[in-house]
Amino acid sequence: MPAESDTKLSLTVNGDANQISVDVRATLVDALRDRLGLTGTKKGCDRGECGACTVLVDGRRVLACMTLAVTADGKDIMTIEGLAPDGELHPVQQAFLENDAFQCGFCTPGQVVSAVACVAEGHVASTEEIREWMSGNLCRCAAYPQIVAAVTAAAAALEEDVA
Amino acid sequence: MRTFSYERAANVDDVLSALGQPDTCLIAGGTELVNWLKEGIEAPQHVVDISGLPLADVEVTADGLRLGALARMSDVAADPVVRRDYPVLADSLLQAASPQLRNMATIGGNLMQRTRCPYFRADVALPCNKRTPGSGCAALHGDTSSQAIFGWSEGCVATHPSDLAVALAALGAQITVLGPDGSRDIPATEFHRLPGEEPHRHNELRSDELITAVTAPGPVPRSHYLKVRDRVSYEFAVVSAAAVVECDGRIVTTARVALGGVAHRPWRLVAAEEALVGVDLDDISALRSAVERSFTEARPLPHNEFKVELAQRSTVRALRTAGGETT
Repeated sequence: MPAESDTKLSLTVNGDANQISVDVRATLVDALRDRLGLTGTKKGCDRGECGACTVLVDGRRVLACMTLAVTADGKDIMTIEGLAPDGELHPVQQAFLENDAFQCGFCTPGQVVSAVACVAEGHVASTEEIREWMSGNLCRCAAYPQIVAAVTAAAAALEEDVA
Repeated sequence: MRTFSYERAANVDDVLSALGQPDTCLIAGGTELVNWLKEGIEAPQHVVDISGLPLADVEVTADGLRLGALARMSDVAADPVVRRDYPVLADSLLQAASPQLRNMATIGGNLMQRTRCPYFRADVALPCNKRTPGSGCAALHGDTSSQAIFGWSEGCVATHPSDLAVALAALGAQITVLGPDGSRDIPATEFHRLPGEEPHRHNELRSDELITAVTAPGPVPRSHYLKVRDRVSYEFAVVSAAAVVECDGRIVTTARVALGGVAHRPWRLVAAEEALVGVDLDDISALRSAVERSFTEARPLPHNEFKVELAQRSTVRALRTAGGETT
């Protein structure tokens, strides 16, 4: 039975239009995972401190755990599931594989989505710049050097694509 | 979490009338409010989303810079005029939070953030006069390593964490707020309240007002924000220093310095600013003597005495970087 505080939302996620009903208090990470079954986005800290829940909203990387789902009504969202729509890996995903850029994998979807944005923003000029601009994504397994290598490789690959 | 009604404000008049009803919070980026809702720090009946209002412009004016309250931290930090002419401001934004948070968070919201004091933020009820007036201050005789060295009272020893506020205080900026009776300007140095006997009153914004803009005089090309923290990034300041200088060669003609991490508001070093006039930026011991004038009034707590020395060294370094460090 719908609760009094349920709200209807229109969320475009990975190119698909969705109409869902959520509690007004639900965060976007809860809506994506529990209402849309898109469990690629992880809930790490649920307080904006780890970056595991990173998604793109209207093209910008943001934290889904800090976003009330109702505020995303009408917006365009991309999650980790949207990066390889035809099964062909995105260059960032390929680079993470080739550079051994994850161990347990829990932070990885957030790292990958954040890296996609980091490269698009152009914050990849050096190792130091990548470390700083990826610093919103924590990795308890400390795969950081390999993550930086992956972002470096992905940036080069994407630049070749454009050239 | 208590449930609430949610609406999107179509214009500023909508916001003012919504603020007229009790138990109402505004949401912009949500990067503080959503945590307050989760932790029970705020439990409003009504949440009004102001993120769509046309208050996000970054404008160059005749006297300086005007930032709309809804401008995103990331957009302001990336603005070419801000980067070139207000480096202290760009630095204060880029060293704050994370790229994801800066894409969400707004200028106005950043000023409205609350203390990171672990007793205030605890998920169990602890004596905290900010959260529950009259309950006491667990920090005072507890862990004071992250607490204030200036301006504290026995009711509250917390600091204010905003980096932006420190830069704005050094710039002599004004915060424009709008209420039912019109607009007024609050100096950035006075927006955040010292605790006194009413620690639960965090800042000067009234419950029926919203921040619309921040204006700063400038340009200030010789300016710098130095943030000292326990790790390289994605962490609040232990101590920070915003310095704005004008020089004749290497000699300081004017200086403005504000510190973060030392009080519940950015702490302008008024005595030091006067003493810095005529000092050579390459004369470190003269810089240090001038800065020391503002620290006779420091009141450290048992675990934060290190902040007194750290803040003075940070100030000297920030001044030299602002002036274009040479020797």
